[in-house]
Amino acid sequence: MHNDEKPRVFQSYPEIEDLPMHENPQPNEINPDSDVIIGLEIHVQLNKLKSKLFCGCSTSYHNSEPNTHTCPVCLGLPGSLPALNKKAVEFGIKVALALECKLLDQTLFYRKNYFYPDLPKGYQISQYDFPLAKDGRVTITTDAGEKVIRINRVHIEEDPAKLMHIGGMGHSKYTLVDYNRSGMPLLEIVTEPDLRSPKEARRFLDKLRSILDYLDVFDGNLEGAMRIDANISLKGGGRTEVKNISSHKGVEKALLYEKTRHKNLRMKNIHIKRETRHYDEQRGITILLRTKEEEEDYRYFPEPDIPLMNVKEWETRLRNEIPELPDAKRQRFIKEYGIKEEHARSLTSDIAIANYFEIISKEIDPSVAASWIADVVKGELNYRDINIKESNLTADKMIRILKKFVLGEITDRNMVELIREIIDSGKDPEEIIKKRGFGKVGEDEVLLLVKKVIEENPDAVKDYRNKNDKALNYLVGKVMALSKGRSDPKEVINLLRKYI
Amino acid sequence: MIDKKTLEHIGKLAKIELDDKDIDEFLPQLQSILDLFDEINSVETETVEPTFHVFGLKNVFREDDVKPSLDREDVLKNVPKKEKDYVKSPKIL
Ligand SMILES: [Zn+2]
Repeated sequence: MHNDEKPRVFQSYPEIEDLPMHENPQPNEINPDSDVIIGLEIHVQLNKLKSKLFCGCSTSYHNSEPNTHTCPVCLGLPGSLPALNKKAVEFGIKVALALECKLLDQTLFYRKNYFYPDLPKGYQISQYDFPLAKDGRVTITTDAGEKVIRINRVHIEEDPAKLMHIGGMGHSKYTLVDYNRSGMPLLEIVTEPDLRSPKEARRFLDKLRSILDYLDVFDGNLEGAMRIDANISLKGGGRTEVKNISSHKGVEKALLYEKTRHKNLRMKNIHIKRETRHYDEQRGITILLRTKEEEEDYRYFPEPDIPLMNVKEWETRLRNEIPELPDAKRQRFIKEYGIKEEHARSLTSDIAIANYFEIISKEIDPSVAASWIADVVKGELNYRDINIKESNLTADKMIRILKKFVLGEITDRNMVELIREIIDSGKDPEEIIKKRGFGKVGEDEVLLLVKKVIEENPDAVKDYRNKNDKALNYLVGKVMALSKGRSDPKEVINLLRKYI
Repeated sequence: MIDKKTLEHIGKLAKIELDDKDIDEFLPQLQSILDLFDEINSVETETVEPTFHVFGLKNVFREDDVKPSLDREDVLKNVPKKEKDYVKSPKIL
Protein backbone atom coordinates (compact mmCIF):
# COMPACT_ATOMS: atom_id res chain seq x y z
CA MET A 1 0.00 0.00 0.00
CA HIS A 2 1.20 3.50 -0.79
CA ASN A 3 1.14 6.16 1.85
CA ASP A 4 -1.43 8.16 -0.02
CA GLU A 5 -3.82 5.27 -0.37
CA LYS A 6 -6.68 5.86 2.04
CA PRO A 7 -9.08 3.33 3.44
CA ARG A 8 -12.18 2.77 1.40
CA VAL A 9 -15.08 0.87 2.80
CA PHE A 10 -16.46 -0.87 -0.23
CA GLN A 11 -13.66 -2.80 -1.73
CA SER A 12 -13.92 -6.36 -2.87
CA TYR A 13 -12.67 -8.91 -0.39
CA PRO A 14 -9.22 -10.05 -1.50
CA GLU A 15 -9.94 -13.73 -1.73
CA ILE A 16 -7.71 -16.21 -3.43
CA GLU A 17 -8.09 -15.27 -7.07
CA ASP A 18 -10.24 -17.25 -9.38
CA LEU A 19 -8.16 -18.56 -12.17
CA PRO A 20 -8.78 -17.22 -15.61
CA MET A 21 -11.55 -19.27 -17.16
CA HIS A 22 -10.95 -20.61 -20.61
CA GLU A 23 -12.36 -23.44 -22.65
CA ASN A 24 -12.64 -26.56 -20.54
CA PRO A 25 -9.54 -28.52 -21.49
CA GLN A 26 -10.10 -32.08 -22.61
CA PRO A 27 -9.36 -34.66 -19.91
CA ASN A 28 -6.19 -35.84 -21.63
CA GLU A 29 -4.79 -32.32 -21.57
CA ILE A 30 -4.69 -32.34 -17.78
CA ASN A 31 -1.26 -32.79 -16.31
CA PRO A 32 -1.82 -34.09 -12.79
CA ASP A 33 1.56 -32.79 -11.68
CA SER A 34 1.18 -29.15 -12.61
CA ASP A 35 -2.48 -28.46 -13.25
CA VAL A 36 -3.71 -28.78 -9.69
CA ILE A 37 -4.05 -25.39 -8.06
CA ILE A 38 -4.20 -25.15 -4.29
CA GLY A 39 -4.40 -22.24 -1.86
CA LEU A 40 -4.72 -22.41 1.91
CA GLU A 41 -6.26 -20.30 4.65
CA ILE A 42 -4.80 -21.14 8.03
CA HIS A 43 -6.34 -20.11 11.34
CA VAL A 44 -3.81 -20.03 14.14
CA GLN A 45 -4.99 -19.66 17.71
CA LEU A 46 -2.58 -17.43 19.64
CA ASN A 47 -3.08 -19.57 22.72
CA LYS A 48 0.19 -18.54 24.37
CA LEU A 49 -1.42 -15.21 25.21
CA LYS A 50 -2.81 -15.08 28.73
CA SER A 51 -6.10 -13.35 27.92
CA LYS A 52 -8.55 -13.37 25.02
CA LEU A 53 -8.50 -10.89 22.12
CA PHE A 54 -11.02 -8.32 23.40
CA CYS A 55 -11.58 -9.25 27.07
CA GLY A 56 -9.70 -10.39 30.15
CA CYS A 57 -11.02 -13.98 30.10
CA SER A 58 -8.26 -16.55 30.38
CA THR A 59 -7.17 -18.45 27.28
CA SER A 60 -6.52 -21.61 29.32
CA TYR A 61 -9.90 -23.20 28.84
CA HIS A 62 -8.80 -26.34 27.04
CA ASN A 63 -9.33 -28.70 29.97
CA SER A 64 -12.20 -26.80 31.57
CA GLU A 65 -15.91 -27.31 31.90
CA PRO A 66 -18.04 -25.61 29.22
CA ASN A 67 -18.96 -21.94 29.61
CA THR A 68 -16.59 -21.27 32.50
CA HIS A 69 -14.33 -18.78 30.66
CA THR A 70 -16.76 -16.10 29.53
CA CYS A 71 -17.74 -12.52 30.29
CA PRO A 72 -20.14 -9.92 28.84
CA VAL A 73 -17.67 -9.12 26.01
CA CYS A 74 -17.11 -12.64 24.69
CA LEU A 75 -20.78 -13.50 25.26
CA GLY A 76 -21.77 -10.47 23.20
CA LEU A 77 -24.05 -9.07 25.91
CA PRO A 78 -25.60 -5.67 25.10
CA GLY A 79 -23.52 -2.69 26.18
CA SER A 80 -20.21 -4.56 26.41
CA LEU A 81 -17.22 -3.06 24.62
CA PRO A 82 -14.15 -4.78 23.14
CA ALA A 83 -10.71 -3.75 24.47
CA LEU A 84 -7.93 -4.94 22.18
CA ASN A 85 -5.11 -7.07 23.61
CA LYS A 86 -1.87 -5.27 22.67
CA LYS A 87 0.19 -8.42 22.79
CA ALA A 88 -2.12 -10.14 20.29
CA VAL A 89 -1.26 -7.43 17.78
CA GLU A 90 2.44 -7.80 18.62
CA PHE A 91 2.28 -11.58 18.13
CA GLY A 92 0.47 -11.03 14.83
CA ILE A 93 3.14 -8.61 13.66
CA LYS A 94 5.92 -11.04 14.62
CA VAL A 95 4.29 -13.82 12.61
CA ALA A 96 3.75 -11.46 9.67
CA LEU A 97 7.39 -10.36 9.71
CA ALA A 98 8.62 -13.95 10.02
CA LEU A 99 6.57 -14.70 6.87
CA GLU A 100 8.32 -11.74 5.21
CA CYS A 101 5.08 -9.75 4.92
CA LYS A 102 4.87 -5.97 4.72
CA LEU A 103 3.02 -4.17 7.49
CA LEU A 104 0.38 -1.68 6.44
CA ASP A 105 0.65 1.94 7.58
CA GLN A 106 -2.86 1.75 8.87
CA THR A 107 -4.83 -1.29 9.89
CA LEU A 108 -8.37 -1.65 11.25
CA PHE A 109 -11.08 -4.07 12.30
CA TYR A 110 -14.37 -4.74 10.53
CA ARG A 111 -17.60 -6.44 11.48
CA LYS A 112 -18.36 -9.55 9.48
CA ASN A 113 -22.09 -10.06 9.82
CA TYR A 114 -23.81 -13.43 9.92
CA PHE A 115 -26.17 -15.28 12.21
CA TYR A 116 -24.87 -18.49 13.65
CA PRO A 117 -25.01 -19.96 17.17
CA ASP A 118 -21.22 -19.77 17.51
CA LEU A 119 -21.34 -16.00 17.17
CA PRO A 120 -23.22 -14.37 20.05
CA LYS A 121 -23.03 -10.78 18.72
CA GLY A 122 -24.37 -11.62 15.26
CA TYR A 123 -21.02 -10.54 13.81
CA GLN A 124 -17.40 -11.52 14.07
CA ILE A 125 -14.80 -8.83 14.65
CA SER A 126 -12.31 -9.50 11.88
CA GLN A 127 -10.25 -7.61 9.31
CA TYR A 128 -11.07 -6.92 5.67
CA ASP A 129 -9.47 -4.12 3.69
CA PHE A 130 -6.29 -3.01 5.45
CA PRO A 131 -5.30 -6.23 7.19
CA LEU A 132 -2.33 -6.27 9.53
CA ALA A 133 0.11 -7.27 6.77
CA LYS A 134 0.32 -8.32 3.13
CA ASP A 135 2.59 -9.87 0.51
CA GLY A 136 4.85 -12.35 2.26
CA ARG A 137 6.61 -15.57 1.32
CA VAL A 138 7.58 -18.94 2.74
CA THR A 139 10.17 -21.22 1.16
CA ILE A 140 9.38 -24.92 1.20
CA THR A 141 11.32 -27.95 0.03
CA THR A 142 9.59 -30.00 -2.64
CA ASP A 143 10.79 -33.08 -4.50
CA ALA A 144 11.91 -30.72 -7.26
CA GLY A 145 13.91 -28.46 -4.93
CA GLU A 146 13.12 -25.26 -3.08
CA LYS A 147 9.94 -23.38 -3.90
CA VAL A 148 8.54 -20.04 -2.78
CA ILE A 149 4.90 -19.93 -1.70
CA ARG A 150 3.54 -16.38 -1.61
CA ILE A 151 1.49 -15.19 1.33
CA ASN A 152 -1.44 -12.98 0.38
CA ARG A 153 -2.21 -11.56 3.81
CA VAL A 154 -2.13 -12.00 7.58
CA HIS A 155 -4.99 -10.66 9.65
CA ILE A 156 -6.34 -10.82 13.21
CA GLU A 157 -9.83 -11.93 14.18
CA GLU A 158 -11.76 -13.41 17.08
CA ASP A 159 -12.49 -17.12 17.30
CA PRO A 160 -16.16 -18.13 17.36
CA ALA A 161 -17.58 -20.40 20.08
CA LYS A 162 -17.36 -24.15 19.82
CA LEU A 163 -20.36 -26.14 18.64
CA MET A 164 -21.04 -29.68 19.76
CA HIS A 165 -23.28 -32.20 18.10
CA ILE A 166 -24.01 -35.15 20.32
CA GLY A 167 -23.83 -38.35 18.33
CA GLY A 168 -22.17 -36.55 15.39
CA MET A 169 -23.18 -33.74 13.07
CA GLY A 170 -25.45 -35.97 10.97
CA HIS A 171 -27.43 -37.48 13.83
CA SER A 172 -27.91 -34.83 16.48
CA LYS A 173 -31.13 -32.82 16.30
CA TYR A 174 -29.75 -29.69 17.93
CA THR A 175 -26.52 -27.89 18.68
CA LEU A 176 -24.80 -27.36 22.05
CA VAL A 177 -22.67 -24.24 22.39
CA ASP A 178 -19.60 -23.73 24.58
CA TYR A 179 -18.53 -20.07 24.61
CA ASN A 180 -15.12 -20.72 26.22
CA ARG A 181 -13.48 -20.43 22.79
CA SER A 182 -15.48 -17.33 21.87
CA GLY A 183 -13.15 -14.32 21.49
CA MET A 184 -9.90 -16.34 21.43
CA PRO A 185 -7.23 -14.46 19.45
CA LEU A 186 -6.85 -15.91 15.95
CA LEU A 187 -4.50 -15.12 13.12
CA GLU A 188 -5.66 -15.89 9.62
CA ILE A 189 -2.85 -16.55 7.17
CA VAL A 190 -3.86 -16.72 3.50
CA THR A 191 -1.56 -18.10 0.80
CA GLU A 192 -1.64 -17.32 -2.89
CA PRO A 193 -2.73 -20.32 -5.00
CA ASP A 194 0.90 -21.37 -5.48
CA LEU A 195 0.69 -24.95 -4.27
CA ARG A 196 0.59 -27.63 -6.94
CA SER A 197 -0.11 -30.84 -5.07
CA PRO A 198 -1.63 -32.10 -1.80
CA LYS A 199 1.89 -33.07 -0.75
CA GLU A 200 3.16 -29.53 -1.30
CA ALA A 201 0.26 -28.26 0.79
CA ARG A 202 1.35 -30.53 3.62
CA ARG A 203 4.98 -29.45 3.28
CA PHE A 204 3.88 -25.83 3.47
CA LEU A 205 1.87 -26.47 6.62
CA ASP A 206 4.77 -28.31 8.25
CA LYS A 207 7.05 -25.37 7.50
CA LEU A 208 4.52 -22.83 8.76
CA ARG A 209 4.01 -24.81 11.94
CA SER A 210 7.77 -24.94 12.45
CA ILE A 211 8.06 -21.14 12.07
CA LEU A 212 5.15 -20.58 14.48
CA ASP A 213 6.79 -22.89 17.03
CA TYR A 214 10.05 -20.94 16.73
CA LEU A 215 8.14 -17.71 17.40
CA ASP A 216 6.58 -19.26 20.52
CA VAL A 217 3.18 -17.69 19.82
CA PHE A 218 1.10 -20.82 20.06
CA ASP A 219 0.96 -24.34 21.40
CA GLY A 220 0.14 -26.44 18.38
CA ASN A 221 -0.66 -29.47 20.49
CA LEU A 222 -3.79 -27.91 21.97
CA GLU A 223 -7.07 -28.84 20.34
CA GLY A 224 -8.08 -26.40 17.61
CA ALA A 225 -4.75 -24.55 17.64
CA MET A 226 -4.46 -24.67 13.86
CA ARG A 227 -7.48 -25.06 11.56
CA ILE A 228 -7.16 -25.04 7.81
CA ASP A 229 -9.46 -24.24 4.89
CA ALA A 230 -8.10 -25.67 1.64
CA ASN A 231 -9.06 -24.40 -1.84
CA ILE A 232 -8.50 -26.59 -4.86
CA SER A 233 -9.19 -26.46 -8.59
CA LEU A 234 -7.92 -28.05 -11.75
CA LYS A 235 -6.65 -25.64 -14.38
CA GLY A 236 -9.65 -24.11 -16.10
CA GLY A 237 -12.13 -25.73 -13.72
CA GLY A 238 -14.29 -24.56 -10.82
CA ARG A 239 -12.90 -24.25 -7.33
CA THR A 240 -14.04 -26.02 -4.19
CA GLU A 241 -13.15 -25.19 -0.62
CA VAL A 242 -12.78 -27.80 2.14
CA LYS A 243 -13.38 -26.13 5.49
CA ASN A 244 -12.01 -26.54 8.95
CA ILE A 245 -9.48 -29.37 8.70
CA SER A 246 -7.54 -29.82 11.91
CA SER A 247 -4.39 -31.70 10.89
CA HIS A 248 -1.73 -31.43 8.19
CA LYS A 249 -2.28 -35.05 7.26
CA GLY A 250 -6.01 -34.35 7.07
CA VAL A 251 -5.36 -31.51 4.61
CA GLU A 252 -3.26 -33.75 2.39
CA LYS A 253 -5.89 -36.51 2.44
CA ALA A 254 -8.83 -34.15 1.86
CA LEU A 255 -7.02 -32.54 -1.08
CA LEU A 256 -6.12 -35.93 -2.58
CA TYR A 257 -9.77 -36.88 -2.35
CA GLU A 258 -10.88 -33.61 -3.98
CA LYS A 259 -8.25 -33.86 -6.71
CA THR A 260 -9.55 -37.28 -7.70
CA ARG A 261 -13.15 -36.13 -7.48
CA HIS A 262 -12.47 -33.12 -9.72
CA LYS A 263 -10.67 -35.32 -12.25
CA ASN A 264 -13.45 -37.89 -12.37
CA LEU A 265 -16.06 -35.17 -12.89
CA ARG A 266 -14.01 -33.67 -15.68
CA MET A 267 -13.64 -37.06 -17.36
CA LYS A 268 -17.42 -37.23 -17.42
CA ASN A 269 -17.49 -33.65 -18.71
CA ILE A 270 -19.38 -32.45 -15.65
CA HIS A 271 -18.77 -28.83 -14.68
CA ILE A 272 -17.33 -28.40 -11.18
CA LYS A 273 -19.42 -25.92 -9.24
CA ARG A 274 -18.03 -23.45 -6.76
CA GLU A 275 -18.87 -24.98 -3.39
CA THR A 276 -17.89 -25.40 0.23
CA ARG A 277 -17.24 -28.89 1.55
CA HIS A 278 -16.57 -30.60 4.86
CA TYR A 279 -13.83 -33.19 5.40
CA ASP A 280 -15.00 -36.30 7.21
CA GLU A 281 -11.80 -37.45 8.88
CA GLN A 282 -13.12 -40.88 9.82
CA ARG A 283 -14.36 -41.79 6.38
CA GLY A 284 -11.62 -39.90 4.53
CA ILE A 285 -14.08 -38.18 2.18
CA THR A 286 -15.40 -34.65 1.62
CA ILE A 287 -19.10 -33.82 1.86
CA LEU A 288 -21.01 -30.90 0.30
CA LEU A 289 -21.90 -28.17 2.81
CA ARG A 290 -23.23 -25.41 0.57
CA THR A 291 -22.97 -24.11 -2.97
CA LYS A 292 -21.82 -20.64 -3.97
CA GLU A 293 -25.41 -19.49 -4.46
CA GLU A 294 -26.09 -20.16 -0.79
CA GLU A 295 -22.92 -18.36 0.38
CA GLU A 296 -23.49 -15.68 2.94
CA ASP A 297 -23.31 -12.01 2.17
CA TYR A 298 -21.25 -10.71 5.08
CA ARG A 299 -21.92 -6.96 4.75
CA TYR A 300 -18.55 -5.95 6.18
CA PHE A 301 -18.28 -2.51 7.72
CA PRO A 302 -15.62 -0.87 9.94
CA GLU A 303 -15.88 -1.84 13.64
CA PRO A 304 -16.86 1.43 15.34
CA ASP A 305 -15.80 0.24 18.82
CA ILE A 306 -12.11 -0.22 18.02
CA PRO A 307 -10.01 2.75 16.92
CA LEU A 308 -7.65 2.58 13.95
CA MET A 309 -4.17 1.20 14.48
CA ASN A 310 -0.92 2.70 13.29
CA VAL A 311 1.45 -0.01 14.47
CA LYS A 312 4.08 0.08 11.76
CA GLU A 313 6.29 1.99 14.16
CA TRP A 314 6.54 -1.18 16.26
CA GLU A 315 8.22 -2.98 13.37
CA THR A 316 11.88 -2.44 14.36
CA ARG A 317 11.32 -3.34 17.99
CA LEU A 318 9.37 -6.50 17.15
CA ARG A 319 11.76 -7.54 14.38
CA ASN A 320 14.51 -7.55 17.01
CA GLU A 321 12.48 -9.96 19.13
CA ILE A 322 12.20 -12.52 16.33
CA PRO A 323 14.55 -15.44 17.03
CA GLU A 324 16.71 -17.17 14.46
CA LEU A 325 14.20 -18.91 12.14
CA PRO A 326 14.44 -22.43 10.64
CA ASP A 327 16.14 -21.48 7.34
CA ALA A 328 18.78 -19.34 9.04
CA LYS A 329 19.37 -21.96 11.71
CA ARG A 330 19.80 -24.64 9.06
CA GLN A 331 22.48 -22.59 7.28
CA ARG A 332 24.26 -21.94 10.56
CA PHE A 333 24.18 -25.63 11.56
CA ILE A 334 25.79 -26.60 8.25
CA LYS A 335 28.48 -23.94 8.62
CA GLU A 336 29.12 -24.10 12.34
CA TYR A 337 28.88 -27.84 12.94
CA GLY A 338 29.84 -29.12 9.50
CA ILE A 339 26.86 -31.48 9.39
CA LYS A 340 25.04 -32.73 6.30
CA GLU A 341 22.36 -30.45 4.80
CA GLU A 342 19.80 -33.23 5.10
CA HIS A 343 20.55 -33.61 8.80
CA ALA A 344 20.51 -29.85 9.34
CA ARG A 345 17.11 -29.63 7.68
CA SER A 346 15.69 -32.40 9.78
CA LEU A 347 17.08 -31.04 13.05
CA THR A 348 15.97 -27.44 12.46
CA SER A 349 12.42 -28.32 11.39
CA ASP A 350 11.61 -28.62 15.11
CA ILE A 351 12.93 -25.94 17.46
CA ALA A 352 13.02 -28.33 20.43
CA ILE A 353 15.10 -30.85 18.46
CA ALA A 354 17.40 -28.09 17.21
CA ASN A 355 18.07 -26.94 20.78
CA TYR A 356 18.52 -30.55 21.90
CA PHE A 357 21.13 -31.08 19.21
CA GLU A 358 23.04 -27.95 20.18
CA ILE A 359 23.23 -29.00 23.84
CA ILE A 360 24.47 -32.49 22.91
CA SER A 361 26.97 -31.14 20.39
CA LYS A 362 28.83 -29.37 23.16
CA GLU A 363 30.06 -32.77 24.34
CA ILE A 364 29.70 -35.10 21.35
CA ASP A 365 31.07 -34.91 17.80
CA PRO A 366 28.26 -32.95 16.03
CA SER A 367 28.18 -35.29 13.00
CA VAL A 368 27.66 -38.31 15.25
CA ALA A 369 25.04 -36.46 17.32
CA ALA A 370 23.26 -35.17 14.20
CA SER A 371 23.03 -38.57 12.64
CA TRP A 372 21.69 -40.29 15.76
CA ILE A 373 19.16 -37.55 16.50
CA ALA A 374 17.96 -36.96 12.94
CA ASP A 375 18.01 -40.57 11.72
CA VAL A 376 17.01 -42.49 14.83
CA VAL A 377 15.61 -40.39 17.68
CA LYS A 378 13.25 -38.35 15.46
CA GLY A 379 11.93 -41.52 13.86
CA GLU A 380 11.29 -43.15 17.23
CA LEU A 381 9.49 -40.00 18.45
CA ASN A 382 7.36 -39.80 15.29
CA TYR A 383 6.48 -43.46 15.62
CA ARG A 384 5.22 -42.83 19.16
CA ASP A 385 3.67 -39.49 18.16
CA ILE A 386 5.42 -37.62 20.99
CA ASN A 387 7.88 -34.73 21.03
CA ILE A 388 11.33 -34.69 22.56
CA LYS A 389 10.14 -32.89 25.68
CA GLU A 390 7.51 -35.55 26.29
CA SER A 391 10.03 -38.34 25.85
CA ASN A 392 12.30 -39.64 28.61
CA LEU A 393 15.38 -39.22 26.47
CA THR A 394 16.85 -36.10 28.06
CA ALA A 395 19.88 -34.42 26.48
CA ASP A 396 21.93 -35.59 29.46
CA LYS A 397 20.99 -39.25 28.91
CA MET A 398 21.66 -38.92 25.18
CA ILE A 399 25.12 -37.49 25.91
CA ARG A 400 25.88 -40.38 28.28
CA ILE A 401 24.97 -43.09 25.77
CA LEU A 402 26.61 -41.33 22.81
CA LYS A 403 29.86 -41.15 24.80
CA LYS A 404 29.74 -44.92 25.23
CA PHE A 405 28.93 -45.36 21.54
CA VAL A 406 31.84 -43.19 20.45
CA LEU A 407 34.17 -45.25 22.67
CA GLY A 408 32.92 -48.38 20.94
CA GLU A 409 31.27 -49.73 24.05
CA ILE A 410 27.85 -50.16 22.45
CA THR A 411 27.08 -51.48 18.96
CA ASP A 412 24.86 -49.62 16.46
CA ARG A 413 22.13 -52.16 16.82
CA ASN A 414 22.09 -52.05 20.59
CA MET A 415 22.12 -48.23 20.54
CA VAL A 416 18.78 -48.30 18.73
CA GLU A 417 17.38 -50.78 21.27
CA LEU A 418 18.73 -48.69 24.11
CA ILE A 419 17.18 -45.47 22.75
CA ARG A 420 13.83 -47.22 22.38
CA GLU A 421 13.91 -48.56 25.92
CA ILE A 422 14.92 -45.22 27.45
CA ILE A 423 12.05 -43.51 25.60
CA ASP A 424 9.54 -46.16 26.69
CA SER A 425 10.63 -46.89 30.25
CA GLY A 426 12.45 -43.75 31.32
CA LYS A 427 15.02 -45.91 33.10
CA ASP A 428 18.62 -44.90 33.48
CA PRO A 429 20.74 -45.90 30.47
CA GLU A 430 23.36 -47.57 32.67
CA GLU A 431 20.71 -49.73 34.30
CA ILE A 432 19.33 -50.84 30.92
CA ILE A 433 22.80 -51.55 29.54
CA LYS A 434 23.57 -53.77 32.51
CA LYS A 435 20.24 -55.56 32.58
CA ARG A 436 19.97 -56.17 28.85
CA GLY A 437 23.69 -56.86 28.44
CA PHE A 438 24.08 -54.10 25.86
CA GLY A 439 27.69 -53.46 26.79
CA LYS A 440 29.98 -54.68 24.02
CA VAL A 441 31.53 -58.08 24.61
CA GLY A 442 35.23 -57.74 25.48
CA GLU A 443 37.85 -58.76 22.88
CA ASP A 444 38.93 -61.83 24.83
CA GLU A 445 35.37 -63.03 25.06
CA VAL A 446 34.81 -62.53 21.32
CA LEU A 447 37.89 -64.55 20.59
CA LEU A 448 36.61 -67.38 22.77
CA LEU A 449 33.29 -67.33 20.93
CA VAL A 450 34.99 -67.30 17.52
CA LYS A 451 37.10 -70.32 18.49
CA LYS A 452 34.02 -72.08 19.80
CA VAL A 453 32.10 -71.48 16.56
CA ILE A 454 35.04 -72.70 14.43
CA GLU A 455 35.20 -75.85 16.50
CA GLU A 456 31.48 -76.55 16.39
CA ASN A 457 30.97 -75.91 12.66
CA PRO A 458 33.60 -77.91 10.78
CA ASP A 459 31.47 -78.14 7.60
CA ALA A 460 31.04 -74.40 7.29
CA VAL A 461 34.74 -73.88 8.01
CA LYS A 462 35.55 -76.31 5.20
CA ASP A 463 33.19 -74.51 2.82
CA TYR A 464 34.81 -71.21 3.67
CA ARG A 465 38.23 -72.61 2.97
CA ASN A 466 36.81 -73.63 -0.43
CA LYS A 467 36.08 -69.96 -1.06
CA ASN A 468 32.39 -70.04 -0.18
CA ASP A 469 31.61 -66.55 1.19
CA LYS A 470 28.16 -67.57 2.34
CA ALA A 471 29.83 -69.88 4.83
CA LEU A 472 31.65 -66.90 6.35
CA ASN A 473 28.36 -65.03 6.79
CA TYR A 474 26.92 -68.11 8.45
CA LEU A 475 29.81 -68.26 10.91
CA VAL A 476 29.60 -64.51 11.65
CA GLY A 477 25.91 -65.00 12.37
CA LYS A 478 26.69 -67.79 14.82
CA VAL A 479 29.16 -65.63 16.74
CA MET A 480 26.75 -62.68 16.78
CA ALA A 481 23.99 -64.93 18.11
CA LEU A 482 26.19 -66.31 20.88
CA SER A 483 27.21 -62.80 21.91
CA LYS A 484 23.56 -61.68 21.70
CA GLY A 485 24.44 -59.02 19.15
CA ARG A 486 26.97 -57.37 21.40
CA SER A 487 29.98 -57.84 19.18
CA ASP A 488 31.13 -55.84 16.20
CA PRO A 489 30.60 -57.85 12.98
CA LYS A 490 33.76 -56.39 11.39
CA GLU A 491 35.83 -57.49 14.33
CA VAL A 492 34.27 -60.98 14.17
CA ILE A 493 35.07 -61.29 10.45
CA ASN A 494 38.68 -60.34 11.06
CA LEU A 495 39.02 -62.86 13.85
CA LEU A 496 37.37 -65.64 11.83
CA ARG A 497 39.69 -64.97 8.88
CA LYS A 498 42.65 -65.01 11.19
CA TYR A 499 41.82 -68.29 12.93
CA ILE A 500 40.43 -70.37 10.09
CA MET B 1 -33.35 1.32 -7.55
CA ILE B 2 -34.17 -1.35 -4.99
CA ASP B 3 -36.32 -4.21 -6.25
CA LYS B 4 -38.42 -6.90 -4.61
CA LYS B 5 -35.69 -9.52 -5.02
CA THR B 6 -33.10 -7.38 -3.19
CA LEU B 7 -35.52 -6.69 -0.38
CA GLU B 8 -36.26 -10.38 0.01
CA HIS B 9 -32.52 -11.08 0.13
CA ILE B 10 -32.02 -8.45 2.84
CA GLY B 11 -34.90 -9.96 4.79
CA LYS B 12 -33.32 -13.38 4.53
CA LEU B 13 -29.95 -12.09 5.76
CA ALA B 14 -31.63 -10.42 8.74
CA LYS B 15 -33.71 -13.56 9.39
CA ILE B 16 -36.93 -11.57 9.00
CA GLU B 17 -39.88 -13.12 7.19
CA LEU B 18 -41.49 -10.71 4.72
CA ASP B 19 -44.86 -11.24 3.08
CA ASP B 20 -46.13 -9.29 0.06
CA LYS B 21 -47.83 -6.72 2.29
CA ASP B 22 -44.52 -6.07 4.13
CA ILE B 23 -42.67 -5.74 0.85
CA ASP B 24 -45.17 -3.21 -0.49
CA GLU B 25 -44.72 -1.24 2.72
CA PHE B 26 -40.92 -1.39 2.98
CA LEU B 27 -39.93 -0.96 -0.67
CA PRO B 28 -40.75 2.76 -0.89
CA GLN B 29 -39.26 3.37 2.59
CA LEU B 30 -35.94 1.76 1.71
CA GLN B 31 -35.98 3.48 -1.67
CA SER B 32 -36.26 6.88 0.00
CA ILE B 33 -33.33 6.01 2.31
CA LEU B 34 -31.24 5.00 -0.72
CA ASP B 35 -32.23 8.24 -2.47
CA LEU B 36 -30.93 10.17 0.50
CA PHE B 37 -27.62 8.31 0.28
CA ASP B 38 -27.48 9.09 -3.44
CA GLU B 39 -27.76 12.72 -2.51
CA ILE B 40 -24.93 12.38 0.03
CA ASN B 41 -22.88 10.49 -2.57
CA SER B 42 -23.20 13.39 -4.99
CA VAL B 43 -20.98 15.56 -2.74
CA GLU B 44 -17.44 15.88 -4.05
CA THR B 45 -15.17 14.07 -1.50
CA GLU B 46 -12.00 13.52 -3.55
CA THR B 47 -9.87 15.51 -1.13
CA VAL B 48 -11.61 14.48 2.09
CA GLU B 49 -10.21 11.73 4.30
CA PRO B 50 -12.65 9.00 5.29
CA THR B 51 -13.93 9.10 8.85
CA PHE B 52 -13.94 5.77 10.62
CA HIS B 53 -14.18 7.10 14.15
CA VAL B 54 -15.48 10.51 15.01
CA PHE B 55 -13.12 11.09 17.96
CA GLY B 56 -9.99 10.42 15.93
CA LEU B 57 -8.65 8.01 18.54
CA LYS B 58 -5.77 5.75 17.52
CA ASN B 59 -3.94 2.79 19.01
CA VAL B 60 -6.11 2.05 22.03
CA PHE B 61 -4.96 -1.17 23.66
CA ARG B 62 -5.06 -3.05 26.94
CA GLU B 63 -2.29 -5.18 28.42
CA ASP B 64 -2.49 -8.97 28.25
CA ASP B 65 -3.83 -9.42 31.79
CA VAL B 66 -6.37 -11.99 32.90
CA LYS B 67 -9.51 -10.80 34.69
CA PRO B 68 -11.98 -13.12 36.41
CA SER B 69 -14.68 -14.57 34.17
CA LEU B 70 -18.35 -14.75 35.12
CA ASP B 71 -19.73 -17.60 37.21
CA ARG B 72 -21.30 -20.16 34.95
CA GLU B 73 -24.49 -20.03 36.97
CA ASP B 74 -24.86 -16.35 36.10
CA VAL B 75 -23.94 -16.95 32.48
CA LEU B 76 -26.64 -19.58 32.04
CA LYS B 77 -29.27 -17.76 34.12
CA ASN B 78 -30.88 -16.02 31.14
CA VAL B 79 -30.31 -18.75 28.61
CA PRO B 80 -33.71 -19.98 27.38
CA LYS B 81 -32.59 -23.54 26.61
CA LYS B 82 -29.62 -25.38 28.07
CA GLU B 83 -28.31 -28.90 28.43
CA LYS B 84 -25.38 -30.14 30.55
CA ASP B 85 -24.04 -26.60 31.09
CA TYR B 86 -24.10 -25.90 27.36
CA VAL B 87 -26.33 -23.41 25.60
CA LYS B 88 -28.79 -25.32 23.44
CA SER B 89 -29.60 -24.03 19.99
CA PRO B 90 -31.32 -25.25 16.84
CA LYS B 91 -29.01 -27.09 14.45
CA ILE B 92 -27.92 -25.01 11.49
CA LEU B 93 -25.66 -26.42 8.83
ZN1 LIG C 1 -14.56 -12.70 28.02
